Amino acid sequence: MIETELTRCVASFHPGATGITGAAKLSGGASQETWTFDIVHPNGNVGAILRRAPPGYGAAPGRAAGLDAEATLMQLAHDAGLPSPKVMHVLTPEDGLGRGFIMARVEGETIARKILRDEEFANARPILARQLGRVIASIHGLPQAKLPQLRSLTATKEIEDLGREYHGFNWPRPVFELALRWLRDHDPGPSSDVTLVHGDFRHGNLIIGPDGVRAVLDWELAHTGDPMEDLGWICVNSWRFGEIDKPVGGFGTREDLFAGYEEAGRKADRDRVMFWEVMGTLRWGVMCCGMMQRFRSGPDHSMERAMIGRRASETEIDLLRLLAPRGK
Amino acid sequence: MQDEPTPTELIKAVADFLRNEIAPAIKGHNSFKLRVGINALDLVTRQLALAEAGDETEAARLKQLLGADGTLTELNRALSARIASGEVDLKTPGLSEHLWQTTMDKLAVDQPNYASYKRELGNT
Repeated sequence: MIETELTRCVASFHPGATGITGAAKLSGGASQETWTFDIVHPNGNVGAILRRAPPGYGAAPGRAAGLDAEATLMQLAHDAGLPSPKVMHVLTPEDGLGRGFIMARVEGETIARKILRDEEFANARPILARQLGRVIASIHGLPQAKLPQLRSLTATKEIEDLGREYHGFNWPRPVFELALRWLRDHDPGPSSDVTLVHGDFRHGNLIIGPDGVRAVLDWELAHTGDPMEDLGWICVNSWRFGEIDKPVGGFGTREDLFAGYEEAGRKADRDRVMFWEVMGTLRWGVMCCGMMQRFRSGPDHSMERAMIGRRASETEIDLLRLLAPRGK
Repeated sequence: MQDEPTPTELIKAVADFLRNEIAPAIKGHNSFKLRVGINALDLVTRQLALAEAGDETEAARLKQLLGADGTLTELNRALSARIASGEVDLKTPGLSEHLWQTTMDKLAVDQPNYASYKRELGNT
């Protein structure tokens, strides 16, 4: 059981720890798991999270930065004063837990529908867009020299990757083709400003409290590239959960997001952000199609996967609203 | 000819049973999964009711746009190729209307509660 390994592991980095309790798996497929548990200590228990690839699973697939890089980035963010959990321990082979790291657990909410509807977050909602603008700016300002090895991406490369993935499904979708063509025609070229890009800055990867953002999680898709990518991604309609007139995560305006970003001394390029919003919308659509493919080919033959496959049409209507708006 | 009730009636009866009798008694992650399952059954009943008419009018528009014949997949593949090459674009008469109508017909089956869809229904 994982409790045995965890107990031995926490004793090695948390002096005085006598064991662990309440271990529970939060999520995960075969290659990546997240566990919550408490470190038992005479001075009081400490909430912790384990993120790991279990023993036997090696390098992360495809676009992923890898768990070691994630740990380094979270530590960098924490040290820079960003809302980020403290990394407590990077797993070693002696731990017998696979690859990954243990971090402090941050209390708060990640479920978008609660953040957008519950009274508890009423005071946070109006301030979040500006606050997130400042947080994204700080991420983009993390010292380049300290970054781990990451993929570098340009708009041109991302269009190619997305086109290849979509064409691999062999399921013709004229709206996706229209979006790909638009992206090629409006490719802004390499950004003059190349920074760390979080790559998945949106609901689900942000821990929110009544006071606002408390942690940025899941650096799995981090890379270097055009910083406007992160600003475009958080404006994608799929993350508005019905609040379509509030472009930033269903809680705020682009103006507030840009104001926060610029308060932190960086410049927002509105046209580039729009380009990345279109790219992000198509990307989520292609990801939905990918879920359908994986549902069909197994081994995860789940209902949830199958139904996410049927959400690709949501991105088609959003792409049309962006590229071919009616009644104007 | 198969006997009755129809697939639509059977699926709806099952979905209503799960929704009204079973869902209130299920807790935790299984309750989430049950909701996903009920949504899937509802989607299938909408598709059984709407897909045939939607596919027919989509095919008719595609044949008109392309001046060609074929299965729905073949026609969509041909249109996609022409969009990719730039041979047709949003300035091409009928393309935007076709894409909008096709997408609205899909959303009516897939996700009639999606906010963008409801907004666009009000815009027609």
